[in-house]
Amino acid sequence: MSELTLERGLAAFRAEVDGPVAAFFSSCVHCGICAQACPFYVETGDPKYTPILKLEPLRRVWENDFTLWGRIKGLIGLQQKVTDQMLAEWEELLYDSCTMCGRCSMVCPVGNDLALMIRKSREGMVQSGHAPEGLIAASVRAIQTGSPMGLQWKTLAVQIKHVEDSSGLAIPVDKDGAEYLVLLSSMEVINFPEYLEAITRIFAHAGVSWTLSTDCFEATNAGIQIGNKDVAAELVERVVAAAEKLRVSKVISPECGHAFTAIRWEGPNLIGRSYPFKVFHIIEVLDELRAAGRIQTEGMETDRLSMHDPCNLARKSGVIQQQRNLMNLVAENFVDLKEHGKLQWCCGAGGGVSSNERAEPLKMAAFKHKKAQIEEVNAERMVTMCATCRTQLEEGLEEFNMDIPVVGLTEMIAEHLVEKPRPASPADAQA
Amino acid sequence: MSGSMEFLLWTKGPMFNVAIAIFAIGLLVRIAEIFVLGRERNYAEPRASEWLPGLRTVFTRTVADPGTFKRAPFNVVVGWVWHIGFLIALLLFVPHIKLIESLTGLSWPALPNPIISMVTAVTLVALIATLIHRMTHPVKRRISTIEDYLVWTVVFAVVLTGFLAFNRMINPYPLVLGMHILSAEIMLILLPFTKLTHIFTLFIARWYNGAAFGRKGVQS
Repeated sequence: MSELTLERGLAAFRAEVDGPVAAFFSSCVHCGICAQACPFYVETGDPKYTPILKLEPLRRVWENDFTLWGRIKGLIGLQQKVTDQMLAEWEELLYDSCTMCGRCSMVCPVGNDLALMIRKSREGMVQSGHAPEGLIAASVRAIQTGSPMGLQWKTLAVQIKHVEDSSGLAIPVDKDGAEYLVLLSSMEVINFPEYLEAITRIFAHAGVSWTLSTDCFEATNAGIQIGNKDVAAELVERVVAAAEKLRVSKVISPECGHAFTAIRWEGPNLIGRSYPFKVFHIIEVLDELRAAGRIQTEGMETDRLSMHDPCNLARKSGVIQQQRNLMNLVAENFVDLKEHGKLQWCCGAGGGVSSNERAEPLKMAAFKHKKAQIEEVNAERMVTMCATCRTQLEEGLEEFNMDIPVVGLTEMIAEHLVEKPRPASPADAQA
Repeated sequence: MSGSMEFLLWTKGPMFNVAIAIFAIGLLVRIAEIFVLGRERNYAEPRASEWLPGLRTVFTRTVADPGTFKRAPFNVVVGWVWHIGFLIALLLFVPHIKLIESLTGLSWPALPNPIISMVTAVTLVALIATLIHRMTHPVKRRISTIEDYLVWTVVFAVVLTGFLAFNRMINPYPLVLGMHILSAEIMLILLPFTKLTHIFTLFIARWYNGAAFGRKGVQS
C-alpha cells in the first residue's frame, strides 16, 4: 500500500460527502439527543462520546469544501481545518467508541443517519493512517488468508469431518448447482462449531440443497469494519466468484451481524453491480422453511428465555419478526427485552470494536446497558444470532458473575427437530 | 419620534428587501448544494420502496420514541414547547397574517391577541430554559459552538422584541416595532448560513433517513 497521508485522508473524506451527508450536517441543531441513544455515552457519561461529535472531521470537510458559506469563510481565513493531530484524537471516537449500531440514526430528531456517516468517516481515517492496529491486522489477514482470524480451509475441513462423524450426515462441498451457498464466519468456526452441525441437521431435515465452497467460506468483511472500500470490495468479490462458479441461486450469511449487512446491502455497491443470486441471513432462511412447513420440531424450552437482536440484523437489515417466529416454535417462556427490534441496544462489540484490543475497556462499559436490560426481564438464558454478539454476551455476563448461558438460535432450533423427518409432500401440505 | 419612525420605515423597506433577497438566494444555494451532490446508484436489492418510508419518517420523527423521551424528557418537552409557541406567534398573530397576505395573498384566521401574548411569554421562558440547559448539560456544553449561542440570541431577540412591542413596553412604539422587524430580518439573513437551515433541510434529512432504512425493511 502506498503511503497514507493527511492529504489522502482528506480526499477520502471528500469522496464520501453526498446529498444525505450535506442534508444531515445542514440540519443538526446540536440538541445532543444522539448521546442518549449511544451505549458508549450512556454508560460512561463522557460527553466526548456524543455521536455527532464523532463526526466533526467529516463535518469540517463538508463545510469547508462543499458549502458556499465554508468557501466564504476560507477566503477570510475562518475555516476550521482538519489536521493530522485532530484525526489522531478522533481515532478513539470513530473506532473504539462506536459499533455503527445505528441507534442514534433512529433517534435523531432531524433524521440524521449518523451511523452511515461514521462508516463514511472511517474511509478517511484509513487513508490518513489513523485506523486501529487490531483492525489493520484483521484486514491484512482477511486479504492474505481469506479469514480475518487467519483460519484456513484445512481447519474447517477437520471440523467438517467431526460434524459428519457425529451427525452421520454428509456436508456438501463445492456442489455445483446447489440452491444455497452457505458462508461461515471464522469466529463461529473457532468458538461455536455447533453452528455448522446445526445447519447440517436442519438442512438434511428440511431437504435443502446446499453447499460450502472451498474457494470462499468466510462471510465476514474486515474492510467494512475498518472502512476501506478496496479491501471490502475484494472480499465481496470472492463470495460472488464462489457463488457464480457453483451457480447457486441463493447465498446464506451466517449468524453474524456485519457479514450480513456487508454482503446484503453494501456488497453490490462495493462491486458496482447487482448479484445474479439472492442473499439471506440464516435466520431468514430458517423462518422461510418454518413458514413452508419444512421444519418439524418437538418439545419446548421451558426456562425464561430472552433474546438479543444483533444491530446489523434487526435495525440495519429489517430482520426482526423472523427470529421471534422461530423462538415461538421452540420456547414457551420467551420474553422480549424492553427495547428490542429496531430500537434494541448494541452489545458493545460490533463494528470492529471486538477486533480492536485497545477498545476492550470501552467495550465492557458499553455492555453494561445490555446487562441492565437482561436483568430487567430476569432472563435465565439469552438467545442471539451473531457470533460477535454472542461472544460479547458470554464474556460480559461472566465479567459480572451472572450465570446466564447464551445460545445461538440456529442450534436451538436444531435441538428440537423431530428425529425422523417426514418427506414433505403435497399430500402433507393439504392435510 | 421622527428618528424612530425613519428607523421603522427603513426596516420595513430597504432592509426588508435585502433580508428577503439574502434569505432566498442563500437558502436556494444551500438546498441546491444538497441535491447537486445527490446519491450514488444503489445496487442492493431493496425490501421496499424508498418514497413512502421516507415520507413517513418526515412525520414520525417529530415525536420521540418512548425510551428517548424517558432519557431526555427536558430536551423533548422544552423543545416542543418553544417550537410550537414560536410557530403559533409567527403564524396566528393578526399583523403577521396581514404581512403574509400582503406578500402571498394567502390568509387564515388568527388567535385572539391575549392568547398570543401568553404563548409568547411561555416561549420566552422555554427559550431561557434551553439556554441554561445548553450551558449546563455536559453533552450540550461539549458540542455547542459560538453559532449555537448566536442563533439562540437572535431567536430570543425576535420573540422578546415582539413581546415588548405588542405590550407597548418600550417607547416610542415605532422604535420597538422596528427592532422586532430588524431582528426578524437578521434571523432571515442568518438562516441559510447557520443551523437555522434545519427549518427546511430537516425534511430532506428525515426523508433520506427514512428512505435508507425503509429500503432495508425498517421503519425509522
